[in-house]
Amino acid sequence: MSNDAAVLAYTLRLADNALILAQCMVELVTAEPELEEELANANFALDYIGQARMLYTYAGELEGKGRSEDDFAFMRDEHEFANLLLLEQPNGHFGDALVRQFLFDAFYVHLLDAITRCSDERLREIAARAVKEVRYHLRHCSQWLVRLGDGTELSHNRVQTSLDYAWRYTGEMFAGDEIDQAINADIDGPDLEAIHGLWRKDVESVVAEATLSLPDDSWMASGGKQGRHTEQLGFLLAEMQYLQRSFPGATW
Amino acid sequence: MSKQEWPLYEVFIRSKAGLSHRHAGSVHAPDDQMALDNARDTYTRRSEGVSLWVVRSDQIIASDPAENSAFFEPAEDKIYRHPTFYDIPDGVENL
Repeated sequence: MSNDAAVLAYTLRLADNALILAQCMVELVTAEPELEEELANANFALDYIGQARMLYTYAGELEGKGRSEDDFAFMRDEHEFANLLLLEQPNGHFGDALVRQFLFDAFYVHLLDAITRCSDERLREIAARAVKEVRYHLRHCSQWLVRLGDGTELSHNRVQTSLDYAWRYTGEMFAGDEIDQAINADIDGPDLEAIHGLWRKDVESVVAEATLSLPDDSWMASGGKQGRHTEQLGFLLAEMQYLQRSFPGATW
Repeated sequence: MSKQEWPLYEVFIRSKAGLSHRHAGSVHAPDDQMALDNARDTYTRRSEGVSLWVVRSDQIIASDPAENSAFFEPAEDKIYRHPTFYDIPDGVENL
């Protein structure tokens, strides 16, 4: 795989992660339990959408076939999306959505930090902006995880169940394939093994403070990066893409 | 289960270094640290500030509106407390 093809594929993976998580969070708009959390959730979703837009625009330039950010977001099918399986999982209850974002952000913050030191200038710039946003998201999610875990017996048990369920989707973040290897070798990009260590340490510390137990690393789901998704993504895309599919090029 | 309201916090924002914190509004939050997060998410979305204070509303000692006449009205007819009776020499630019 050529250097340019790897950077394009990697940029789309980053963009898809941001967009699919944002879409799940957008589904929660007007449904948060408190007004302040409503604002936080919508702000965070917009942060991810902003990151996705910058990344899709860059992917379009790399590809050189005139595809716009909207073409990438609304005119591709399930198997062309390369987001992590974790991010397409249903919102569930407040604790489920929180754990999903916590586990991802704890990874994403280190990934972005590493990308700010890679040799691709555009990715560096996008990551430098995104990492500040995600640092705050992670702080906010960590605070909530501690409060739910170390809260009542009910909140503890429910969020422990969320953590146990989501854990099976964390292995994929660190399972590098040829694109991850090319990014690491060719443009001095993230080293997933090193990031796994940092992630594990951060997650362990918050989970311990939350008086929760870290699930065992048993079977891990994978395939999202390669376009093999869980059934959830189809429903998500059907809703997200409906308007552009039915009325291509519609604007207002 | 009956829904309990979170306590109310007052939010103060310093808009830039050197200025004082000003009251911006209030938020609900389950505890002090979350109040800071909620204040950040509610009141600094459009880069309104560089520093935030939150304080529980029930910790503020406020004057009693019923005592307004005793508290504030005596100052109304003390015009000599305003520095308007001095002639400023022409050469002074900043005073």
